[in-house]
Amino acid sequence: MAISRRLFIRHGVATVTLGIAAPSFLSAIAHAQGNPSRRLVVVYLGGGNDALNTLVSYRDPAYYSRRPSIAVPAGQVLQVGTDAAGQALGLHPRLGGLANIFNEGRLALVQRTGYQNSSRSHFEATDIYGTANPQSTTGSGWLGRYLDTLPRPLDSLAAWNTTGETPRALLSGTSGVPAIPNANTYTFASPNRGAVALQERVAAQTMASSPAPGRPHLALVNSCNLGALETLDRVAQATAYTPTIAYPNNGFGLALRTVAGAIARGIGSRVFWLSTGGYDTHAGQGGGGGGGYANLMGTLGDGLWAFYSDIRNQGLASDTTVIVFSEFGRRISENGSAGTDHGAGGLMMALGGSVRGGLYGTAASLAPGHPTLENNSGDVRHETDFRSVYASLLDQWFGVNSVPILGGDFRAGSPAIF
Amino acid sequence: MAQLNPDIDHLLRRAGFGVSAADADTFRDMSTSEAVEYLVNYEGRPDDVDARIGRRDHAQVATTKELFAPDIDIDSARQRWLFRMIHTRRPLQEKMALFWHNHFATAYSKLVADSGEVQATKMLAHKRGVLRGPQGQIELFRQYAVGNYRDLLLEVAKDPAMLVWLDGQSNSKAKPQENFGREVMELFTVGVDYYTEQDVYAAARVFTGWNLRGSSDYRRDDYGDVNSYQEFVYNPERHDTGAKTFSFPIYANGSHTIPERGEAEGIQDGIDLITALAFHPETARRLARKFWHFFVSEIQPPDPTFIDSAAAVYLQRGTDIRPVLQFVLNSPWFTDPSAHYARYSWPVEYVVRAIREVGWQNLMLDRMRSPLANMGQQLFEPPNVGGWPLGAGWISTGTMLARTHFAATLASSQREFLGASLKPKSQTPQALFNAMLERVTPAPLDTVPAEALMTYLFAAGVWNGGGEQLNTRASGLARLLVGSSEYQLV
Repeated sequence: MAISRRLFIRHGVATVTLGIAAPSFLSAIAHAQGNPSRRLVVVYLGGGNDALNTLVSYRDPAYYSRRPSIAVPAGQVLQVGTDAAGQALGLHPRLGGLANIFNEGRLALVQRTGYQNSSRSHFEATDIYGTANPQSTTGSGWLGRYLDTLPRPLDSLAAWNTTGETPRALLSGTSGVPAIPNANTYTFASPNRGAVALQERVAAQTMASSPAPGRPHLALVNSCNLGALETLDRVAQATAYTPTIAYPNNGFGLALRTVAGAIARGIGSRVFWLSTGGYDTHAGQGGGGGGGYANLMGTLGDGLWAFYSDIRNQGLASDTTVIVFSEFGRRISENGSAGTDHGAGGLMMALGGSVRGGLYGTAASLAPGHPTLENNSGDVRHETDFRSVYASLLDQWFGVNSVPILGGDFRAGSPAIF
Repeated sequence: MAQLNPDIDHLLRRAGFGVSAADADTFRDMSTSEAVEYLVNYEGRPDDVDARIGRRDHAQVATTKELFAPDIDIDSARQRWLFRMIHTRRPLQEKMALFWHNHFATAYSKLVADSGEVQATKMLAHKRGVLRGPQGQIELFRQYAVGNYRDLLLEVAKDPAMLVWLDGQSNSKAKPQENFGREVMELFTVGVDYYTEQDVYAAARVFTGWNLRGSSDYRRDDYGDVNSYQEFVYNPERHDTGAKTFSFPIYANGSHTIPERGEAEGIQDGIDLITALAFHPETARRLARKFWHFFVSEIQPPDPTFIDSAAAVYLQRGTDIRPVLQFVLNSPWFTDPSAHYARYSWPVEYVVRAIREVGWQNLMLDRMRSPLANMGQQLFEPPNVGGWPLGAGWISTGTMLARTHFAATLASSQREFLGASLKPKSQTPQALFNAMLERVTPAPLDTVPAEALMTYLFAAGVWNGGGEQLNTRASGLARLLVGSSEYQLV
């Protein structure tokens, strides 16, 4: 309880928070703290994923009438059953790997995630998912604030970002996260060899250790320079890893492979961040279950299936959770370019050896006028606040109190995905 | 640690790509304000940089395919642009082309998926002269580098690359396409908070019928003929002729509504909206903020007086950019020493400046491609329509490693050149250190990094000031300086 109590006091809400903490919540903390090796792998689908074609309401006539050229045919979906509202649902045909995980009971599909007055701007919406605050697109991120709760000194690889830039979700006042877009070139480079190159590494490390008094912007560059130099050797361990299964030979597959290597080699990172793009499908999504969107689904599903299989084979699945999200869903009706424009409610997915698989929430009914829609029935109305999914991950998975991290109590609506 | 004097060095780092040995004579006797005029009124300088491609005393271009065809091959186009930035006599023109490239961020990858490699490259980089078809987007940015923003915006709305990138090519009254309509307000002009969702729908309708047409020999998915092309066309029958009402004024009389018009005149809708957006006070302020961050400082937030003044110049001068830049570069906010080294270099700025300072002897520009990608900035490939994540967003452990890898590659390639050119000034390690800092210009070094560098030089042992020892230590020193945190600031 030490970490949580310190947080309560720092945020000045000790009595209130403890007062409403249910016994199950306390046991969840105790349970999670018994497993300090738990880790979270965050996958961001960049551009606004068309959730309605990821998880298809294949018996909703309005789905087909509003998407005449891009709908996934009912006969092709990978059926996953019927949700609480009676909607029959199926995964995109290129998500065979995810269907396997669903059938093993280890994939949770949380439907209609979002927030009130969903932003249709990529940048604003991405920042909102990062800050976990629809009123603010600046400042620290929810995962950065989680990292801030970990004991100091913080391991420089407590979190591992596989992309070149730091997403807002990982921003923190006190916890820097290394960006490792290519683990194979995460090495020291010199125009010279041998002892001279070694002298250069020493010089570079000394230079980057300079506190740069009065120049915080220089100190920031120094911290990245130094962070790289200090983590080179451990990252090299993760790259010297032989997976138990072949990963797809694309950027996403290779990033997942590196993450699996870091997990298998026991690097100790708690949070991994991955991104796969191309989801801003304004045009050419493709019909009949094929085309551009199907390629995106193939990359996603094949990669996650390889990753899940690999860590399961190594006995590491029960300590690993993957969460998949995007900044918004897309319009229900297709546009003139066989694509879809920016919409609202989306889909979040969680998978892993400890995830309680199944369908969470209810699908929208896509006929115009239905209360599950908004924006003159143009978009899907959200049902589950995305922050209540974050709350599940923080409270139930990491065993920290989500309330101060999220700036509010979102536990009530949390899907019980663990 | 200056090449000329600190103020001119600062100006040339920001309004150009730093000072190369070739520039020193040009600027040596100029006052700062004279140098501003020299840079801003660049039409007085010959536009001869492309004609110098291939000279042995310049950086070298070639691709792995041994083909250099910058109008139709994107890797060649990337090299041509880098070559221009390194060797141009009009640095501000290339600098502003880079600024507009980020502002109207259009990515090759989507164009390829739509039209194939040859047409995608032509849409982005075609320079008029040899092939038929409209000029590429980057040539448009060079043409309007310091020109009129309203005119540029109108050209961008008709630009084939933009019409593919934001899907205007399919925009019709039957199925209005919101992509360009949204981004022209969110990213190209007023910014988020100054338009509504209803404005997005109205803007989509405004640009219905703003499409593409292929030349007679153009066929989609058949790009064998490099002379074929696509160009802007206004399709009257696809235009939504109804009135469109916005949340902000469109006309000088205060009217918010673009009137109903016949199909034949419907193209005027877009001209009216673009004019209104270009003259919108929030566009003026938004561009002023971008210029603050691009030219003045990423450390200090924009000074409200600066924003008001720059925005006023922009509006008073009918959205001309040149007088705005004259204001910015002569302003006390820009010239104040606190603005020196107060920006994080974009990877392209960083690479070009380092090449200009360290050397380009037999340097193959094609080898800059993957380093730049690893640093997070491949030309013609912004990550999304919002452009690159600027400022501190460039800097992470991964991108810093990529920058130091580039520093090592560059220093290694210039090893003999560094040794030979520094030999007259390298009688002692301290002399080499001083000589190097006359051409390689990081932000001022504190005691700790300066001593670390001297320790590295003294580790050579008995100093003979030449030969392999000098080549080794000079290239190592260049690598450490170009890879230093201080050098990432500009």
